[in-house]
Amino acid sequence: MRCLLVAVATALGLTPCAARALSQPPARLSQTGLYASQGQVDPGHLAFAPQYPLWTDGAAKSRWIHLPAGEAIQGRDEDSWALPVGTKVWKEFRFQGRKVETRLLWKTGPQAWVFASYLWNEAQTDATLVPETGLADLEVAPGLRHSIPSRTDCRSCHGQASVELLGFNALQLSTDRDPGALHAEPLGPGMVTLKELVARGLLRGARPDLLSRPPRILADGPATRTALGYLAANCASCHRGDRPLPGLDLDFRHTSRVTAAADEPGLRTTLRRPSTYLIPGEPASLRLDPADPGRSTLLHRMASRRPASQMPPLGSSLADQEALAHLRRWVANLAPSH
Amino acid sequence: MHFARPVLLALLGVAAAQAAAPTKAVIQRGAYLVGVGGCNDCHTPLKMGPKGPEPDMTRMLSGHPEALKMPPAPKLPEGPWMVTMAGSATAFAGPWGVSYAANLTSDKQTGLGGWTEAQFLQMVRTGRHLGQGRPILPPMPVPSLKAMTESDLKAVFAYLQTVPAVANRVPAATEPAPSSIPMH
Ligand code: HEC
Ligand code: HEC
Ligand code: HEC
Repeated sequence: MRCLLVAVATALGLTPCAARALSQPPARLSQTGLYASQGQVDPGHLAFAPQYPLWTDGAAKSRWIHLPAGEAIQGRDEDSWALPVGTKVWKEFRFQGRKVETRLLWKTGPQAWVFASYLWNEAQTDATLVPETGLADLEVAPGLRHSIPSRTDCRSCHGQASVELLGFNALQLSTDRDPGALHAEPLGPGMVTLKELVARGLLRGARPDLLSRPPRILADGPATRTALGYLAANCASCHRGDRPLPGLDLDFRHTSRVTAAADEPGLRTTLRRPSTYLIPGEPASLRLDPADPGRSTLLHRMASRRPASQMPPLGSSLADQEALAHLRRWVANLAPSH
Repeated sequence: MHFARPVLLALLGVAAAQAAAPTKAVIQRGAYLVGVGGCNDCHTPLKMGPKGPEPDMTRMLSGHPEALKMPPAPKLPEGPWMVTMAGSATAFAGPWGVSYAANLTSDKQTGLGGWTEAQFLQMVRTGRHLGQGRPILPPMPVPSLKAMTESDLKAVFAYLQTVPAVANRVPAATEPAPSSIPMH
């Protein structure tokens, strides 16, 4: 009887502790199914590298996805793939060659995802589950600090009711990879892109010309393509038209519905658009101001690492200088016709 | 076994109520919680009345008045006095910079009218601005909202969505001037 109640309650979206306990992440990374044996990633998992990675203070990353046997991704909606229940995705973070953290996203039900992060031990043999509240300010290398977000903060980027993978989607796995992408990670042997997913029958329902007309940021030049790709990966998890922050109208999300370069939301909602946030001491500011790039609030907030103004507001403690340099050059060189 | 049916029906009842528009009882519960929660103390500006400062109920819960431009906060001497409050009781200066009580009315552009219930719950759970941004600043009592049950929080949100809209764009919080004290 109790089980039935729990099942009904879960179906209704009420999660009593009993139901929640069913989907607790394992205590150790080695119990999550990532490794076939000590240190050997299960060869059945697919390794991948999104073309536009997230900046995390210069961490090196590796990623793997596990799809349950015989199951495939439903790709009819190119902007929001449906993953089969049982999907697991891992992302490993390394600083100066040492593994520090491995994150897990695990789809346990049609609407349910488990979020977890594991902290690696000194000996680099296994990693243990980090408390729900995360871990702040770990010293991961001399002078280098890293924070592991709380599970509610994971959801600030990956979503609440409908969770999304941010590096495993049509744009990120496109076969038309941006050669200028910032902090790009090369495609290693065996890493999957759209081509392999289609060939192996792991992506179903996608449009027939997906591989002959692969997704890409629309832009009139390579600098714009790279800039908008960077912003799509690093900023669109929060700034997106389909889940707007109230009163902001700021959107960096590339979708398959964009058909002209000028319509890329990352340009349309920023270039010469007034900012509600004001740089201290400035009476008015634009989000991107080609006439005076230094006064663009977008660049100002990306360069800040003060808690009240930094962008993104969480997930890194160092500003991304390489991206800032690229974006400054790009804004300054934008043709007046834009 | 005998009580299973009524319990199930009760659960279904709760779910039905959640899916539909909030009932009058839920909104009344929300009004009660906002009352005892003291939200008006900071979110309804004070005005000068015949007997001294009193809440300006024509601007109920609309936050710091847009027209009330605050000059730089006075510099306090070293010591235990650290926080300054505007006469309206809606602006606060302290070591965190300057914070302004938000517009909680149902106004779509400047209040909570454009928020979803999920955003409100996420704001409380994370203690982050709009549920996804910077940490929320003092003196907003996030911990006491966090202590509420989910159904009470939903009731608070449902009630706030019925508070008459007041168009009032509250200024953004400002950071303290850079100091030599490391922030982390
Ligand atoms: C600041 C936003 C942000 C936060 C916070 C965040 N992520 Fe992510 N995450 C991303 C982005 C963007 C990607 C894809 C780009 C990449 O992997 O470099 C990603 C990728 C991942 C992946 C690989 C699968 C995928 O979506 O591509 C996993 C697993 C993951 N994150 C887990 C977590 C967990 C668990 C947490 C909390 C401990 C977390 N993330 C917090 C933005 C975020
Ligand atoms: C985890 C969520 C999150 C991520 C990721 C994020 N932002 Fe934001 N951003 C916010 C929130 C919330 C606000 C609104 C409140 C504020 O201004 O602090 C905001 C506001 C802004 C504003 C002010 C806009 C205006 O008109 O006031 C800019 C500019 C901005 N973000 C740029 C960026 C950029 C660039 C990135 C990526 C490098 C980014 N954001 C990533 C949450 C996020
Ligand atoms: C002691 C003063 C005080 C009290 C009492 C108070 N607030 Fe606030 N509130 C503030 C301040 C100041 C801010 C702005 C904080 C900031 O900008 O970070 C705020 C901001 C908010 C916000 C916007 C959060 C965001 O995303 O930025 C909401 C919603 C809110 N309060 C709701 C409430 C409710 C509901 C109550 C009563 C249960 C309440 N407040 C009681 C001072 C108060």
